[in-house]
Amino acid sequence: MASKKESCVGSHILSLITFLPLLGALVVALLPRGGHAALRGATLVFSLANLLLSLTVFGVDPSGGMSFKESAEWIPTLGISYGLGIDGIAMPLVILACLVVPICIATTHHLRDPSRLKEYLVFLLLMETGMVGVFCATDLVLFYVFFELTLVPLYFLIGMFGGEKRIYAAFKFFLFTAAGSLPMLVSILYLLWSYKQSHGAWSASIADLRTMSLTTPEQMWVFGGFALAFAIKVPMFPLHTWLPDAHVQAPTGGSIILAAVMLKLGTYGFIRLGIPLLPQAAQAYATPLLVLAVIGVIYGSYLAWAQDDLKKLVACSSVAHMGFVMVGLFAFDKDAVRGAMLQMLNHGISTGALFLLVGAIYERRHRRGLDDFGGLARVAPGLALALIITSMSSIGLPGLNGFVGEFMIIAGTFKTQPLFAVLTALGVLLGAIYMLQMVRRVCYGKPKSEEAKHLTDITPTEKLAFAPLLILMFWIGLKPDFLLDKIGPAVDAALLALGTTP
Amino acid sequence: MEGLIQTIVLAPFVSVALLFLLRRQLPKSAAAVIGCGAVLVPFLCTVAAFFQFDGTPVTATLTQWMTGSVLNVPLAFRLDQLSLTWTLVVTGIGFLIHVYSVGYMHEDPSFVRFFTYLNLFVGSMLCLVLGDSMVLLFLGWEGVGLCSYLLIGFWFDEEENAKAGQKAFVVNRIGDLGFLVAMVLVFKQFGTLNIADVNAMAAAQAATLDPTLVTSIALALFVGCCGKSAQLPLYTWLPDAMAGPTPVSALIHAATMVTAGIYLVARMSIFFAMSPTASTVVAVVGCATALFAATIGLRQRDIKKVLAYSTVSQLGYMFLALGIGAYTAGVFHVITHAFFKALLFLGAGSVIHALHHEQDAMRMGGLKKYLPITHKTFLIGSLALAGIAPFAGFFSKDKILGAALYSHGLPQLLGVFGLITALMTAFYTFRLYALVFHGEERFGHGAHGHADHGAHADAGHGHGAHDHAKPHESPLTMTFPLMVLAVLAVLGGALSLPHFAHFDMLGKFLEPIFAPAYAVLGAPHEHSVAQELGAMLVSLVLAVGGAWYGFSKFSEGPGKQAEHSTKGLPFLLENKWFVDEIYNVLVVGPMRALSHLAGFFDRLVVDGLVNGVAGMVRSAGGWIRMMQNGALHTYALLFILGAAYLAIVLL
Repeated sequence: MASKKESCVGSHILSLITFLPLLGALVVALLPRGGHAALRGATLVFSLANLLLSLTVFGVDPSGGMSFKESAEWIPTLGISYGLGIDGIAMPLVILACLVVPICIATTHHLRDPSRLKEYLVFLLLMETGMVGVFCATDLVLFYVFFELTLVPLYFLIGMFGGEKRIYAAFKFFLFTAAGSLPMLVSILYLLWSYKQSHGAWSASIADLRTMSLTTPEQMWVFGGFALAFAIKVPMFPLHTWLPDAHVQAPTGGSIILAAVMLKLGTYGFIRLGIPLLPQAAQAYATPLLVLAVIGVIYGSYLAWAQDDLKKLVACSSVAHMGFVMVGLFAFDKDAVRGAMLQMLNHGISTGALFLLVGAIYERRHRRGLDDFGGLARVAPGLALALIITSMSSIGLPGLNGFVGEFMIIAGTFKTQPLFAVLTALGVLLGAIYMLQMVRRVCYGKPKSEEAKHLTDITPTEKLAFAPLLILMFWIGLKPDFLLDKIGPAVDAALLALGTTP
Repeated sequence: MEGLIQTIVLAPFVSVALLFLLRRQLPKSAAAVIGCGAVLVPFLCTVAAFFQFDGTPVTATLTQWMTGSVLNVPLAFRLDQLSLTWTLVVTGIGFLIHVYSVGYMHEDPSFVRFFTYLNLFVGSMLCLVLGDSMVLLFLGWEGVGLCSYLLIGFWFDEEENAKAGQKAFVVNRIGDLGFLVAMVLVFKQFGTLNIADVNAMAAAQAATLDPTLVTSIALALFVGCCGKSAQLPLYTWLPDAMAGPTPVSALIHAATMVTAGIYLVARMSIFFAMSPTASTVVAVVGCATALFAATIGLRQRDIKKVLAYSTVSQLGYMFLALGIGAYTAGVFHVITHAFFKALLFLGAGSVIHALHHEQDAMRMGGLKKYLPITHKTFLIGSLALAGIAPFAGFFSKDKILGAALYSHGLPQLLGVFGLITALMTAFYTFRLYALVFHGEERFGHGAHGHADHGAHADAGHGHGAHDHAKPHESPLTMTFPLMVLAVLAVLGGALSLPHFAHFDMLGKFLEPIFAPAYAVLGAPHEHSVAQELGAMLVSLVLAVGGAWYGFSKFSEGPGKQAEHSTKGLPFLLENKWFVDEIYNVLVVGPMRALSHLAGFFDRLVVDGLVNGVAGMVRSAGGWIRMMQNGALHTYALLFILGAAYLAIVLL
């Protein structure tokens, strides 16, 4: 029930944080190409301003409903509106999206093609608009538009600034995502059409669509369309193969955004649309999705272990970690889903940080083989310390962020799906194996070559980029309540649809 | 009281933060004062708490940890008889080892880093012991594991050390899975992870709880204990952990961390009391580990390896005690073992220090006259470990063996194996003592054996500065802790004298902790004076016999054992029954192969299939690509087509 009155009195904070980066992109586009400092400075100003603004959404309604709602007519004949709103599920993701953009700017000193810094920064800001928009959209069509909007800039970030096989990787990324988008579009259209059939009027508002009841077979088809798009984004086994390629080829900033935010579009889609709109189908698909998720956890871990390439290892670990999130999500237990929401964020923080550090290591020698380094803890102790702490966060050491999410997922899942919980727990062991052997090969022992003996330690810029992620690792690890208090009620609201079904 | 508890837990962490932030500014002396003070303060607070303690457990809540969910976990610390006992041991012995480390590590360039890790360890260990919920206990459990990892690999320039650290962490994680499973089982059944509540509920529902569930919880917990406390089949990391600096071996890998498994079983003893199956498993695994590790200890050459296997073996005794329901005896042995094993490790460190990283006992000998204090204290430690009266180890070991021998059925058999282990223990202890301190001087001939021991050697102290001619006694910072521990190793037995002496401080003190378990099991057997004396006599005869044989055989030198054996049982023992090699072939190798298989499969099959489908799509859409050469354009076109489709459908 989006009323115009509300949009008049209500604040426009969500519009602001969604479109300020777009404005920034326009400004940066108009700046002269050669002035790198000015380009970076302008981008930084816009992204930092947006980060500050985005912190206001932390004040989201703690009772689980949508806050900061905005609504305006867009295509009234089709019931499509410009509807924005945010709850405890979207809030941390929005802030995370706004946080990673300035971090990415810090990685732009080593672009493959420095003369195109301007394009890079424009795409970065465009990404931000897409990412924030998708988490704020309360209208299904608007969601779709933003969902697709994120694709274009990332495609260019990989295709223009990536490694040797960037065209292959970018095309693969595009093709996979597009393959998911089309079925999702059909599902969306079907939902809109069904709403018209049952209610006699058009609406694309997600809240309205929740009031509609489809038959189970209908739900199954519609869910299938969504699930394909989201599962590719997550990515779930066996649709994950675009991810290692994309990560390895992407520039550091692209990898950070991809890991920290883009993968969450998949899991976010499930909790925001799949489960609340199509509860019966979600339940019917739960077991197959859980199976794939657990395969993802174990298979992804083994894959990560097999890699000799740092970026590939982190990319494969993403498959495993996002498998954890999917298990928690489809366990349909309140603790598990809360854990899954938190783990989405944790993965963004830890894996984003890992890509930041791996990128920093790569830029020093243009090598990313696990056995190209050695002795980093002696050569560049600051960098090694950052890598070790982040690895510990990634493998769920209690006291750091990863543990809280993993533990809640496992403990919650055990209540409803004990077998899957135990299998998922194996990921805790495997995670320690592949991360620690990475740490050992990179950080310990003696430098494996003459070049490996002389690496610059972590620079002030890198420290500045890493610091917020480090703070979050400890903060969430020791005091997750500040997020769980907001996430909890929103999760309950999202799971409400399941409660009414037998 | 709450304030004391908070200080106990927080002091080490405050010090960690200080040492870390000021790591470049602090001179070694200041770092040493902060590092040692961060353990001394909790120790003094614990002593104060001990005298204030009136028998009622006290809980101090710092803050909430996870509450935004059904999982309600505050950061709260609970002081009761059991945690008080452990805290005294951890902070007391911890302090002595910190002081010792000041001397031992004084020339190490990473001195401050060492104390940072050591303090972090003590803080985590206190979280483990004092944590009032299983989650907080797990936080400490993993925290001490992290510190163990960091300290085993402290000299990480040697890849072998880093590998040993990694092995410790990974093997422990296998155990941690068990702990995790136990927690989720408990949480599902009781809806809370607060240890006191869980224990109380379990005791109250003893009659109605599903026995399978109880056994599952107990066994899952015990899997965790096998990892942390190095029991079969997960013990293999502990001998390798000797790669760390020797004070670490004393503190973490002998006196404190490795007893966490015993603490956990004692803490949750009600579950083990309710499950005869789980208790039997604990007793059998403990006894088997005790025996097995002792056999390996018989033929080790490295002074620290002998002590490491002896630690594994003694931990086995403690589990044997818990498994047969002799809980107090198990805890008693934890305490005495902490005294004498810390003493022995620190003594070994003093020897290694004096011989410039030599660890091979075959290259020692005759050190008695050079290291008088180390020698005397090491002798006391050896007497205690061998179980010779009236030293501390005798009383605790006798309590365990007595309880086993005077029961019926399986425990009795286990008691017999325990006696055999005691015999072997006395033998290898005095073999080591004789090889190190008696006989001809075998050190200093040619190179220091660095060629074959370089990777394992303690490299913590400087090179070149020493006079290589004669080994000399360690400084007071190192000998003072040895002397204090020696006194404890002599007097420690007084904590819990045999029953007929009517002096059992420890038993009385711990009574409320194990009362629920004994309510299920029935009160422990009372042995007659004759029975007790009989058991004491048998174990004393075996200990003295073994010690005498071990000493007399090696007091002149290693004899034939100087050479590596090549066949038969000695060959197997010297090579630790090849367990590591067997694990490598049976577990590690296949796991690694599986990962390569997954990598291969992913590239060829999964990616191949998906790319195949993509290739079909691409060729089908070839005309698009002919029109436009960039993929974005294809995408834009698809998008427009989609939009057109949308318009058509909707209008």
